[in-house]
Amino acid sequence: MEKTVNQKAWFLILPVLLLVAFSAVIPLMTVVNYSVQDTFGNNQFFWAGLEWFEEMLQSERMWDALGRQLMFSAVILTIQVPLGVFVALNMPKSGFWSSFCLVVMSLPLLIPWNVVGTIWQIFGRVDIGLLGYTLDALGISYNYTQDTFAAWATIIVMDVWHWTSLVALLAFAGLKSIPDAYYQAAKIDQASRWAIFRYIELPKMMGVLMIAILLRFMDSFMIYTEPFVVTGGGPGNATTLLSIDLVKMALGQFDLGPAAAFSIMYYLVILLISYVFYTVMTNLDKKGG
Amino acid sequence: MFDATVTPKKRFKVKGSVVVMTIYLLFLMLPIYWLVNMSLKTNTEVLNEFTLWPRNLTFDNYIKILTDPSWYSGYINSIIYVLLNTVISLSVALPAAYAFSRYHFMGDKHLFFWLLTNRMAPPAVFALPFFQLYSSVGLFDTHIAVALAHCLFNVPLAVWILEGFMRGVPKEIDETAYIDGYSFGKFFVKIFTPLIASGIGVAAFFCFMFSWVELLLSRTLTSVDAKPISAIMTRTQGAAGIDWGVLAAAGVLTIIPGALVIYFVRNYIAKGFALGRV
Amino acid sequence: MDWMAWTTPTAVFFIIIACTLVVFTVLAIKFPEVPRVGILRTETTRGDRLFITLLGSAFINLAWLGVVGANQPYALIVCLIYAAAVFRWA
Repeated sequence: MEKTVNQKAWFLILPVLLLVAFSAVIPLMTVVNYSVQDTFGNNQFFWAGLEWFEEMLQSERMWDALGRQLMFSAVILTIQVPLGVFVALNMPKSGFWSSFCLVVMSLPLLIPWNVVGTIWQIFGRVDIGLLGYTLDALGISYNYTQDTFAAWATIIVMDVWHWTSLVALLAFAGLKSIPDAYYQAAKIDQASRWAIFRYIELPKMMGVLMIAILLRFMDSFMIYTEPFVVTGGGPGNATTLLSIDLVKMALGQFDLGPAAAFSIMYYLVILLISYVFYTVMTNLDKKGG
Repeated sequence: MFDATVTPKKRFKVKGSVVVMTIYLLFLMLPIYWLVNMSLKTNTEVLNEFTLWPRNLTFDNYIKILTDPSWYSGYINSIIYVLLNTVISLSVALPAAYAFSRYHFMGDKHLFFWLLTNRMAPPAVFALPFFQLYSSVGLFDTHIAVALAHCLFNVPLAVWILEGFMRGVPKEIDETAYIDGYSFGKFFVKIFTPLIASGIGVAAFFCFMFSWVELLLSRTLTSVDAKPISAIMTRTQGAAGIDWGVLAAAGVLTIIPGALVIYFVRNYIAKGFALGRV
Repeated sequence: MDWMAWTTPTAVFFIIIACTLVVFTVLAIKFPEVPRVGILRTETTRGDRLFITLLGSAFINLAWLGVVGANQPYALIVCLIYAAAVFRWA
């Protein structure tokens, strides 16, 4: 749509601007202030310079958490994206069953995150959970509170359960926008199922898939509630992802300085990825017209 | 699917997709079924027998939640701040989204991007400064504090979703209305709002949802008076003897608001999560 | 404002950022921004390049702190070179 230049539009933006400045800019400034000072909790602050940043950059704890975080995001993306596309390809295109699938698939997306945690916490328990009990009955040792591998498997399966539908729904929206004429042309050419996917469906889905990948990456990068409820970051620190670690540091130990330095670095990474996200979205908009 | 003209080869393909979808939907429903199953059992049955469905069907767990103030007050608190947040988010987002969808102005793209960064920002980064901020202004443990804190991600979300819907409305409508002598306010309320009613509904739904599902900020900013249900649930898990039946029932009750409206928003779920870009 | 724990250096830092934004706004009014496609293969305006510069500088400073760990002011020289490169080619 052709937009007209109108500087008065600023007045329409003003309420949002004030509100978001209050809830984003002031806290961020505070974090910057804390990050260069030391405090003993009595509201007295001492200048610390870049000490906390240096400490954080050298702290194994932070790099480990970052490593686990990247690993987690990479694993769930490699599972969720192909699986989501695969599910979308198999969804009924219209009619009652299409609505039925949409409704059932949306359900996990709308469950409060702590309840998602509770569901899997119960589901995976060997004594009372269906999954844990079945695995145990099959003779597979499985205990997500003691065993690192089991804990990781649980939070990954949980995330796949929780969010794959989002990828599928986005891919499905992309598929639905393909005109029937394309499929008829492919039929006349006697194109194979793979060729249809590779040359018609995949290119048409590329835009929404990019959005899906970026959304999933961002949301998995700041995941807190679900793994916190299931494993609490354990066993040991095995599933302590970035947000869990940060909350431990900031609200558990009330280490204002280190937590603030950590927050700033975390936020900078988010800013970088958001910028990539935004650029991709605006370029897609332009291409799409 | 039941078209009589399908060739045998095609019928096999259709069957394949039915199998895939059945397995996938089963995978989605099983954990939820287990939660419901759990909530309808007595604690002795939960702990002593392993049963695939409740042998002694009981609603005691639900009755306990609905009669014990320490449980049901959590739902009331959650609903209060979620509704407050939805109203605040929508009322500031509507004019802003209109401006973004219709006009070019100084810094529009940067502002739009800046809003997005707040949707993407980890709540963990903001938990500590929010705690300090709301404590210092005396709003700690109030509903409005949580509602305002959730505006951090819900206002950007609402602006982006509404902008996505508004750009679909042709600009000629605005121009005609202005020529006909409508003021901006009258046009916006009388003509424009009905046109994007579904968009407002979807934005409201997503504001409601994202505020409803959030735990970290709402837990950090409350202690007693405004404690949300999610925080009450996680606290129960820390206690020594966990009442699994009641916990499961509390979980089922939190799913209900989403489940009730899911049918009406089913076609907009993807659009809402993708910030109106699909 | 007590709880925000202001210090002179951080205040100066934010004032500099705010001034930069004001200067770029004035520039944008006087000389309207023209988007161009640079080595990032996406359209950038002057404001975008400022953002890329600021964000990149933050990472350069962190990298300097992590790798070199001393003489932090020299990192600013790297930032200046980076800024010049961004404004010329991005």
